[in-house]
Amino acid sequence: MSELEKRIIEKAATLLAGGEIKRVVGWKKGEFIHDPSPATFETEESLKDFIYNDFCGANLSKYLIDIFKREGKTAVFLKPCDSYSFNQLVKEHRIKRENVYVVGIECHGKLANYKVEEKGITGITSEAHEGENVVFDTLYGKVTASREEVLLDRCLTCKGKKHVVADETVIINDYEDKVSDRFAMVRELEAMTAEERFAFWQGQLSKCIRCNACRNVCPACSCLKCVFDNPQSGIAAKANDDTFEEQLFHVIRAFHVSGRCTDCGECSRVCPQHIPLHLLNRKFIKDIDSLYGEYQAGEEAEGKTPLTSYTESDTEPNNVFTVTEGK
Amino acid sequence: MQEVNNFTPNIVAFCCNWCSYAGADLAGSSRLSYPANVKIIRVPCSCRVNPMFVLKAFQQGADGVILCGCHPGDCHYVTGNYYTRRRMSLLFSFLNYMGIEKERTRVEWVSAAEGAKFSEVMNDFVAKVTALGENKRLQDLRVKEE
Repeated sequence: MSELEKRIIEKAATLLAGGEIKRVVGWKKGEFIHDPSPATFETEESLKDFIYNDFCGANLSKYLIDIFKREGKTAVFLKPCDSYSFNQLVKEHRIKRENVYVVGIECHGKLANYKVEEKGITGITSEAHEGENVVFDTLYGKVTASREEVLLDRCLTCKGKKHVVADETVIINDYEDKVSDRFAMVRELEAMTAEERFAFWQGQLSKCIRCNACRNVCPACSCLKCVFDNPQSGIAAKANDDTFEEQLFHVIRAFHVSGRCTDCGECSRVCPQHIPLHLLNRKFIKDIDSLYGEYQAGEEAEGKTPLTSYTESDTEPNNVFTVTEGK
Repeated sequence: MQEVNNFTPNIVAFCCNWCSYAGADLAGSSRLSYPANVKIIRVPCSCRVNPMFVLKAFQQGADGVILCGCHPGDCHYVTGNYYTRRRMSLLFSFLNYMGIEKERTRVEWVSAAEGAKFSEVMNDFVAKVTALGENKRLQDLRVKEE
């Protein structure tokens, strides 16, 4: 057990013992080290199943939409990027801020299960970050992999180590704030011809099995009634799904969260087909930044989003490409 | 009507009830011609247009989609077209990113007094889409008549 994990579990125990907080939302041990799942803990004994390691990628913010309604106060552990989603949900009145006690926790970037698996690393018993590497202790000995090879795509372009909301934090090691260019791949796609882009997306999206995991996990997708659940929507088909429906689903999904997407990258993390869905959201983020000014959803818990506001001098649609493509 | 290789594009034009639809009317009564393959769908306001409408139009065989509304500042509902402007800018830029040529989508502001502009815009748009050819990328092949 790492020092950080120990401190977090201690924190959870103190909070539960205090009496005011009725439950803690965290991650529960799975069968293996790499399959923790989000869970609520109501008693100190139950905390023996609590786990926090680099496989705990799940963003717990969305779970609060239901949990905060229960009696008493709820405590939650949020990684820096999850805190943006939390703020955004508070802004959308989906979570009552005063019902939740937020504990910000340290994060060094989370691991992508499928990347670890592709590297042939199995039987993992523990793992730790060591500089630019991740060291895995496995049943078959020590294996070292570079961070770039095994980290989730979203963590390779981490948006910072700052919690935008936290009642207190559990951070042991102060670590550097590495922010890299998250739009690099978007720019690469923009530089292609329309034909190449279509081929790229067709290749990616045709893998889609319409499991709706990207929608269900997304903290911005919190509507009580979803357009995709409407049998008349024309996109409910699965058996005779065609290119159009895949495109439509993903265009609409990304459009519906535009201006509200905090770029938490959960969509790409949960995609069983490993479609880089965050590239769709990032296009909207990039366009909003260049057309309507830099905007980070979730940074503030108040105010309007770019798509629910306007200025009289907004760019005319016919000039959009001149601005967004810098041509 | 302009034709290249015997191809006549299907164009769907969403026109707002208060300005652009009246503009189209004026074009007609002023005897200004615009291509007959432009199919106008009247909407109460340009901001009524859901991105799904645009995508559905493409699915059902449109080769180009154009959205016409009142000039910004002149919306009958005061602010409707300001929202349209942001939404459609983002949507059309996004469709281009997905590989749908940007020439297939357009937003134009046409007032009720601009019959001539309506005809001009439609002629120009049809010419551009004709040059691009058929939309195969978003079309549902099952709805195709052969």
